[in-house]
Amino acid sequence: MPVTKHDIIQQLQREILPLEGYKPIAQGKPLSLGLGAIEAAFPNQCFPTGSMHEFLAMCPEEAAATAGFTAAIAGKLMEKIGVCLWIGRKMEVFPRSLAEFGVGPERVIFITPNTELQVAWAMEEALKCEGLAAVVGHIRDIDLTASRRLQLAVEQSRVTGFMLRYQPRQTGPIAAVARWRIAPLPSRLEDGLPGVGFPRWQVELQKVRNGRPGKWSLEWSAGKFHVLLQQAPTATQEQKRKVV
Amino acid sequence: MGRRYVSIWFQHLITDWCVIRRPALRQVPFVMVTPIRGRRVVTAASPPAQAEGITDGMTLADARALIPSLEVVDDKPGLADRLLKALAEWFVRYTPLAAIDAPDGLLLDATGCAHLWNGDAAYLADIEKRMAVAGYAVRTAMADTIGVAWAVARFGNEGSVILSGEQIKTLVSLPPTALRLEADVQERLRKLGIYRIEPLLSMPRAALRRRFGQLLLDRLDQATGHKEEFLEPVQPVLEWEERLSCLEPISTRTGIEIGLTRILETLCQKLQHAGKGLRKAEFQIYRIDGKVESVEVGTNRPSHHVAHLFKLLEEKIVLLEPGPGIELFVLQAPFVEESLPQQEILWEGTCHLEDTRLSELLDRLMGKLGSESIQRYLPAEHYWPERSLKKAMNLNECSEGEWMTGRTRPIHLLRTPERIEVSAPIPDYPPMLFRYKGKLHRVKKADGPERIEPEWWLEKGRHRDYYTVEDEEGGRYWIFRAGHYGDDQGSRWFLHGWFA
Repeated sequence: MPVTKHDIIQQLQREILPLEGYKPIAQGKPLSLGLGAIEAAFPNQCFPTGSMHEFLAMCPEEAAATAGFTAAIAGKLMEKIGVCLWIGRKMEVFPRSLAEFGVGPERVIFITPNTELQVAWAMEEALKCEGLAAVVGHIRDIDLTASRRLQLAVEQSRVTGFMLRYQPRQTGPIAAVARWRIAPLPSRLEDGLPGVGFPRWQVELQKVRNGRPGKWSLEWSAGKFHVLLQQAPTATQEQKRKVV
Repeated sequence: MGRRYVSIWFQHLITDWCVIRRPALRQVPFVMVTPIRGRRVVTAASPPAQAEGITDGMTLADARALIPSLEVVDDKPGLADRLLKALAEWFVRYTPLAAIDAPDGLLLDATGCAHLWNGDAAYLADIEKRMAVAGYAVRTAMADTIGVAWAVARFGNEGSVILSGEQIKTLVSLPPTALRLEADVQERLRKLGIYRIEPLLSMPRAALRRRFGQLLLDRLDQATGHKEEFLEPVQPVLEWEERLSCLEPISTRTGIEIGLTRILETLCQKLQHAGKGLRKAEFQIYRIDGKVESVEVGTNRPSHHVAHLFKLLEEKIVLLEPGPGIELFVLQAPFVEESLPQQEILWEGTCHLEDTRLSELLDRLMGKLGSESIQRYLPAEHYWPERSLKKAMNLNECSEGEWMTGRTRPIHLLRTPERIEVSAPIPDYPPMLFRYKGKLHRVKKADGPERIEPEWWLEKGRHRDYYTVEDEEGGRYWIFRAGHYGDDQGSRWFLHGWFA
């Protein structure tokens, strides 16, 4: 009897996943971003494309780290030909440096609306456009309803959306498959060489729907992610309570 | 199809305009005057004043002698021209080709237009009726040539519609003045006792040319149709234009949408046949009260996609005020480009910069946010960070140079560098600590300096020595010192960006 119950739960979980925005990968092998252990934290052991991701940042250093991490992921999604839209009220991203994260800056289209409302509108329109590799939007505050609209749009179009939220006033639950927080870590150079090393981040998955939240150290070098060490996923539970 | 021209003669153009503005003047004899060499000369006299014998060119004193109670209105220079231009633009609802016929008339090319009004007579009757309602006394005539239409409008006594091929028959009984001749030629013809055009037609052409000049022969040929005459329409004719006139004035949004769809469909079909797409579309509405309103949309890529263009224009419909009603829709494509049929993509994969899905998305965003808020950047060959980018003009533009990746640049760059306080141990060494917005950062690792000079041929200023620094928490910054260390102005330090 307990075996069948377990089976039923397994079956139900498999049915619920697509309803929550995790579409099974259509065909071919799942796209690996090279995130290693971080990808294993998601259901199906792969980074969920075609869904909304939320990033929190509290200070300019974190915002820059988040932009770098997002650009690196977008670069993997764009491959060689894809197009990415970057939407924000004021454009702080320096296009030239995107090349360092594997993104062709000429294939990024920057959109600078005048109001927060227009940012949300532009994001929704962009997320409805099938075929875009990624849409990155600087949205400070977004409520559940508005985020659900975005989530519904990406479920149709299979575009991956990133919401970069800098110093949000409310951090209540919104419709997104994951909540990330990226903070810079001191870089390290081998043999005590002088100078500044490759970008290093502390990547924290604060919330993952049906996955395991966790905290990792990550380095970006030579166009690849390198997961440095993994901390016990259980340790993040307290952290999570503190942030939310 | 033979050409048909309409000539409209405003008998009292300026005085009618005055009466429309001041209805009290209708029954009163009045004149328009303008000062010429210290005398006030009549330039236009109202019909009651003309009946008393006042003519143009009379001095005001003479006119006052005839009618002591004469009302006087000051004439404005260029008034007639402005009135005619406005009227010609209004006449666009009768034909796309309306031209000014100075000093007091208009010419319309009505070829292929009159059947929409059920024939030539009804066409002219409609014009006369609407002009009368507006308050202008007009005489109109329609003929195969401009010359005959002009002559009949001013001198004809029977019937204003001249049937095709009856120019000569009509002309013979008219006076030579009807040929639009110069005053001295008219005078000479009168002295010779030629009061009708008929004898001119039978005279030897060489004699006519010798005595009266080439102009008379030209005018005769133009009137009879042996020599072509061209109009200069007030509005340039666009190749890509569609118009739709309405039976009843339209004032609802649904009505406008239906009208828009209809003309879009016809225009797009034509464009598609010609292998072209529009880059700019202008949608105009002509209201029955004579006002014209228009909205404009642009596209990033030549398009003849009805649904997409409709969506772009649909958002702008709210800007149109139908007022009492719309009688004519016009859709123009002033900017058209070749649109080669795109190679069909076998699989619907990721989109490229050339993809129509992307350009249609950008059109929608541009319609709402304005073209300035959509940018794409290409590398510019400058080291100075602010100048190392240039805006791409369109989606197809490729970069000539490569992105410089030799030295890392911050992912977030401040638009204007911000002042920081710094303590640096030794000249040209990276700083030990700096303070930005009240927060103290202790520098643990640093790279630099990287000196970047402002290009003196572009801008004067001090060079910058950039350092990449990392503080103890791992934040990575791009800071610079402007000018040399220990300048008399004191070295100034700035924060310019954050590395990822």
